[in-house]
Amino acid sequence: MATKNWPLWEIFVRSKNGLEHRHFGSLHAADADMALENARDVYTRRNEGVSIWVVESKHITASNPENNGELFEPAQDKVYRHPTFYDVPDEVKHM
Amino acid sequence: MSEEQIRSLERNFNERIERDEKIEPKDWMPEKYRQTHIRQISQHAHSEIVGMLPEGNWITRAPSLRRKVALLAKVQDEAGHGLYLYSACETLGVTRDELYEQLHTGKAKYSSIFNYPALTWADMGAIGWLVDGAAIINQVPLCNTSYGPYARAMIRVCKEESFHQRQGFEIMLKLANGTPEQKELAQDALNRWWWPSLMMLGPTDDKSVHTEQSMKWKLKRKTNDELRQQFIDQTVPQADVLGLTIPDPDLKWNEERQSYDFGEIDWDEFWQVVKGHGPMNKERMKARVGAWERGTWVRDAAMAYAEKKRARKEKEAV
Amino acid sequence: MKNENLYNYILGIADNSLILGQRLGELTGHGPNLETDIACTNISLDLFGQVRSYFQYAGKIAGDGRSEDDIAMLRKEREYKNVLLVEQPNTNFAYTIARQFLFDAYHLAFLKELQKSPDLTLSAIANKCVKEVSYHERFSSDWVRRLGDGTEESREKMQEAINDLWMYTDELFHQTEADKAVVAEGIGVDVTNLKTAYYAYVAEVLEEATLEVPETKYFQKGGKNGVHTEHLGYILAELQYMQRTYPNMEW
Repeated sequence: MATKNWPLWEIFVRSKNGLEHRHFGSLHAADADMALENARDVYTRRNEGVSIWVVESKHITASNPENNGELFEPAQDKVYRHPTFYDVPDEVKHM
Repeated sequence: MSEEQIRSLERNFNERIERDEKIEPKDWMPEKYRQTHIRQISQHAHSEIVGMLPEGNWITRAPSLRRKVALLAKVQDEAGHGLYLYSACETLGVTRDELYEQLHTGKAKYSSIFNYPALTWADMGAIGWLVDGAAIINQVPLCNTSYGPYARAMIRVCKEESFHQRQGFEIMLKLANGTPEQKELAQDALNRWWWPSLMMLGPTDDKSVHTEQSMKWKLKRKTNDELRQQFIDQTVPQADVLGLTIPDPDLKWNEERQSYDFGEIDWDEFWQVVKGHGPMNKERMKARVGAWERGTWVRDAAMAYAEKKRARKEKEAV
Repeated sequence: MKNENLYNYILGIADNSLILGQRLGELTGHGPNLETDIACTNISLDLFGQVRSYFQYAGKIAGDGRSEDDIAMLRKEREYKNVLLVEQPNTNFAYTIARQFLFDAYHLAFLKELQKSPDLTLSAIANKCVKEVSYHERFSSDWVRRLGDGTEESREKMQEAINDLWMYTDELFHQTEADKAVVAEGIGVDVTNLKTAYYAYVAEVLEEATLEVPETKYFQKGGKNGVHTEHLGYILAELQYMQRTYPNMEW
């Protein structure tokens, strides 16, 4: 039988409650259950996590860096989205 | 794409690296950058997993339970590091299986140091102290390298490896302060691992083919000779603490350079081992290929099971 | 020794973890792939951690200054009390998994009972171990299903391993004289009570794995009383090598 390789999974770990899951890396596993178990052994052997998400890498859709100009640059000059854009007298507190 | 366009992309790319911007997997990159990174990262990954073998072979014989768990954890970390690095490599569009194929057919290289045999328990000390010591010198600057996934993998590796060298040094210290027999074990291990450790930092600068380009891409921050000097300068005082003698009659402190002068390295031996004729090259490859081949039916079974399970789930859902 | 029965009882528990940990340690670097290699090493590490807790306690009970390493590495062949199952070799990955599963299913049930022991040290160790071993059992039973219900080849290999190791399962539920005495004191676990549930559970997993429950009625025993298979001598040769070659040294 021709060998079929174990697919690649992306691993996200919540390092403690209150924090978001963060991308930790990837690994290979035959299925989702195994991916979870492997992630536990590979990425949390030093007590790094309290929760794990796994997602098969092929299911991730990524933006294309070639479009970075149109995707992200228009946000650069929208200064009115930031509090520093607005002038408020110094004596006004709690704002 | 016209040549002019490619040149402009390359210029832009090089400027990004100079500005210390990271390159990420989907970014445009010169083909040579991709190939060089695949080669270096996979070589690094291969070194981790071949490096498991000389130490792994002492797990069942470790002299105490404390040493046994430390060694197990260390060798396991090496598997983990191999895994992180293979993953980083895979972001460049090559699969782990392809990389294994390159290793198993001898197309890809790994660190030559692992082609030396681990003969006594003291070798576990010497490997941790010297080999991991030399590796750290190589690896720390890579936490800042230009390719994002490699840099991130190296940050994780360096963080985890911090106990490896201490583990080795502690073994040496215990031996050096032990019975005369133990001290002899330690000295003998130092004698055998010293020169291969120096060679591990790569051929001299005038013989090194990749240095200039690698410097530009931050795959390398210092030359091989600089790294070697740094390694010697920091290791000699550690040997003094151990009360062991570095097996180099020409080794002496150079006041003017504020560095140690050292003897001639046997580069013939280095190239012989690199070319596959070291004491353990064949044995190491046999172990790797054997494990992989014995595992084929296991990996196939897991895939077949996963597919059956998926099919059953889909059927239930209907 | 004041409490020789308890001492021997603890050794009986710990030696299983010691010898199985040693067997798994042989595999580090030689697993079917990196992820599985790391997982098996984790189990080995858990087992050696357990061994240290048990032997430190046993050393205290012995009260003659013996360290965990003295107990682990300086006994004679006939003084090791592990069951025959755990000393069986890593013939192939199916054997490794079958051995692990057949032991884990017992080990987990055993620890759940040991948690209730009025001996506070033993129940504390059991509390810690039960979490580790729950994971081992999950890992090994998952792999039994995978290999059993995987390919034709893997099913054959898995069935063969189960068939070959089956004769060592009955011993898990035997009691030595020391075991009986410690059970009578209310401290130890009466393993004979675990047997029915064990075989029912194992049969359930094997069925899910499309494997057959072996029909043999002939079983091997002896490990608990120090009468082992030929494999143990080689395991000890490696385990004890350093302590025997360089006696009375610190490492």
